[in-house]
Amino acid sequence: MTVTGERTATAGRLGHSAARPDGVPKVSGQFAFSSDLSADGMVWGHVLRSPHPHARIRSIDIGPALAIPGVHTVLTADDVLGDNSFGLEHADQPVLAHDVVRFTGEAVAALAADHPDTARRAAQAIVVDYEPLEPLIDAEEAITAPPIHPAGNIFRQLVIRQGDTSAEGEVVVEATYEVGMQDQAFMGPESGLAIPDDDGGVDLHMSTQWLHVDRDQVAACLGLPTEKVRLTLAGVGGAFGAREDVSMQVHICLLALHTRRPVKMVFTREESFLGHVHRHPARMHYRHHATRDGRLVKVEARIVLDGGAYASTSGPVLVNACCFAAGPYVVPNALIEGWAVRTNNPPCGAMRGFGAVQACFAHESQMDLLAAELGMDPVELRLRNVMKSGDRIPTGQVVSGAAPVEELIRTCAAVPLPPLDPSPAVMSMPGGSGRTADPARVRRGVGFAVGFKNLMYSAGFDDYSTARVRLEDGVATVTCAAAEVGQGFVTLAQQIVREVLAVDEVVVAPAETVTIGSAGSTSASRQTWMSGGAVERAALAVRARVDAGEAGPIEETYEHHHPPTFPLDENGQGVAHVSYVFAAHRAVVDVDLDLGLVRVVEIATSQDVGRVLNPLQVTGQIEGGIAQGVGLAVMEEIVLDRGLVRNASFTDYLIPTALDMPDVTIAALVEEPEPGAPFGAKGVGEPPTISSSAAVAAAVRDATGLALPRIPIRPQDIALA
Amino acid sequence: MTETVTYELMVNGERRVVEGSWLGESLLFALRERLGLPGSKNACEQGECGSCSVRLDDRLVCACLVLAADAQGRSVTTVEGLTGADGDALTDVQRAFLDEGGVQCGFCTPGLVMSVHDLLDRNPTPDDLELREAISGNLCRCTGYGRILAAARTVVARRGEASLHESEGPA
Repeated sequence: MTVTGERTATAGRLGHSAARPDGVPKVSGQFAFSSDLSADGMVWGHVLRSPHPHARIRSIDIGPALAIPGVHTVLTADDVLGDNSFGLEHADQPVLAHDVVRFTGEAVAALAADHPDTARRAAQAIVVDYEPLEPLIDAEEAITAPPIHPAGNIFRQLVIRQGDTSAEGEVVVEATYEVGMQDQAFMGPESGLAIPDDDGGVDLHMSTQWLHVDRDQVAACLGLPTEKVRLTLAGVGGAFGAREDVSMQVHICLLALHTRRPVKMVFTREESFLGHVHRHPARMHYRHHATRDGRLVKVEARIVLDGGAYASTSGPVLVNACCFAAGPYVVPNALIEGWAVRTNNPPCGAMRGFGAVQACFAHESQMDLLAAELGMDPVELRLRNVMKSGDRIPTGQVVSGAAPVEELIRTCAAVPLPPLDPSPAVMSMPGGSGRTADPARVRRGVGFAVGFKNLMYSAGFDDYSTARVRLEDGVATVTCAAAEVGQGFVTLAQQIVREVLAVDEVVVAPAETVTIGSAGSTSASRQTWMSGGAVERAALAVRARVDAGEAGPIEETYEHHHPPTFPLDENGQGVAHVSYVFAAHRAVVDVDLDLGLVRVVEIATSQDVGRVLNPLQVTGQIEGGIAQGVGLAVMEEIVLDRGLVRNASFTDYLIPTALDMPDVTIAALVEEPEPGAPFGAKGVGEPPTISSSAAVAAAVRDATGLALPRIPIRPQDIALA
Repeated sequence: MTETVTYELMVNGERRVVEGSWLGESLLFALRERLGLPGSKNACEQGECGSCSVRLDDRLVCACLVLAADAQGRSVTTVEGLTGADGDALTDVQRAFLDEGGVQCGFCTPGLVMSVHDLLDRNPTPDDLELREAISGNLCRCTGYGRILAAARTVVARRGEASLHESEGPA
């Protein structure tokens, strides 16, 4: 079934483009983002960061900073009240470095002052005596290099063996691909407000993706029981994975407890680039084997992810990269080896697409290479090998749910190509308002890509969300700690409750750790399924009591777990995932061959959505996700020079503007209900980012004839080739 | 930072006194931290993102790049100072952002609302390139701009219809 327009739906309920409850405050400037908070007697926190990628700390002199009028306190590692280490999976990152710094930007000292500029000046006055050490910057070398951390250099190593790993194809194509380090670059910089309480605890108002896990990490580092850290979600200015890890949370709480004052901290853009995790750079060597008539025989891949200095989610990112390494195709035999390693580069973790993005660029580039070798149309080659429901991924797991990949490919490829303007305005050519293009030297290219990934957490993680629904006097109230980061969960929660209880007025209570259990993270395209499901089941329990004739306030709480998954075995085999989601992208680009500038003209896409619960929000996720994919393809990279970040600003790290962003044509939202999913709906946030980069890269190859094995594709990769 | 000054700004039609400020503070800092108007956002502090777009007299500026004390004697309009026609709390641009799905996280929204107003005041019927160029100084990371461009086009269409009705109205 393909949706071509918004179906008939009751206003405000499922299937309708219901209005955001936070919409009016957001357009009128009244919505309180974490950076907008204040409290009486508040002081400003700031963190001093390492200027070295790797150095020993000989001594720290905080005296000159303390001597500055207006400075309230300066803290170093000795002042950390609990564990001086934190981490989402492994607590391997110091709250404040005490002996060694392992990346440029690592926190060394935290301070509080009466004015943010005083705080910045005071940080500059702290004297740290560093002994610079040789940085380990190459991920391949890190596998065998002397450890730069007591926990070693290998975060995770994985092998997937499927079928006959010695099988050979009649045709073999082989190449090495690279993906650069992308930044989430959300607009609202990290910020928070910590208020000390009389009970020795702290109230933390924070923009984050996962309240309860932040709370647990903060409490451990403060040496407090978890109930003494009370976290309330403050307005979140975008996330995309970068707020899954702790950034400033422990620092502002420590400062609040030491000063006994409310402490606010807001990262500058430079600090934001230095102070959160990024998308893993990847180096991927691939060998595809196929028959002469274009059937895949075997995929071999060796994937090395640079995890940077600390673990974050490097392990699960690697699991994803390897599980989805062969793409949404029938691959009878596979040998996939992966490493995620520690280096002295900035730490990497979650970003939209989470490992699948890197693998997709490689497997789709390989499919094009194979198509060229076979003299076959790239779309036809994909259709010949396309995965459908009942097929297996290389881990041996059967894709039992919806897998409408063939329909995605056919509908996306069928979109008419945008016409070539015979006399284009120079402003609409590559280089834009720079007016640099010579029309005779501009070439058009078309590229196609398909990608997939898992929904929700995998490999044995007990993933759940908790929600409460209360019905009183005809008004329903939803309480859930699912972080609203812009995606529209608050809208969806209202739609679900209206649908189930047939009420109009639904209030979404603030997300807090004190009122409800964990909702898990707003990541992995999981909140529609996990928290949406928790809200639905709590509402159904309320309705059952209403239907039984019960009067008065009715309240039900539900903890929603998805079916169990299991870790992969020593051959990378096992039931590690719950569900998968697919998308196809076709990119059309114009390339200035002389200057190497690329204008992306159009992206056409089809996406597997299960069911459209809010058409406008689905469209917004698709267009926004594609923008990040286009950025990775031709613009966005954190530039590193021996471990130093060279472009930590929006002047130097470029993200797509309205002039860079092409028109998006949504060819089809394929609605094949997913068994087991609440309302049959799949998460929609990540697929737009997974294969759009690969499609753009393929289009630039088509225009230039160059191999272009690395994204982002830079002007010099074309102009100097 | 020991020397502080006191000065007056005209913000959203009201005289406001800025007290205890030092001369290096930006207009954005004064608005957000001294005058309790956090609607203008700070996302880059170097004029790259447009999140702090405000009107200074009749020009759209990045408030992070203007010294607050330099704005004395001029008229500052922030997102909090926008009001719709006929007593509507929202302007037609704000309404269109909601109707077309132009808001996700919302951090860029006040700046973009100011930017679209500024464009349509100067150029009521922009073509696609003019529209894209006008908002290209406002970064958005959530939407890919599709719904924001749709919102701006909706405003153009609605204003066009409204003026058509006016001209066709009873004589």
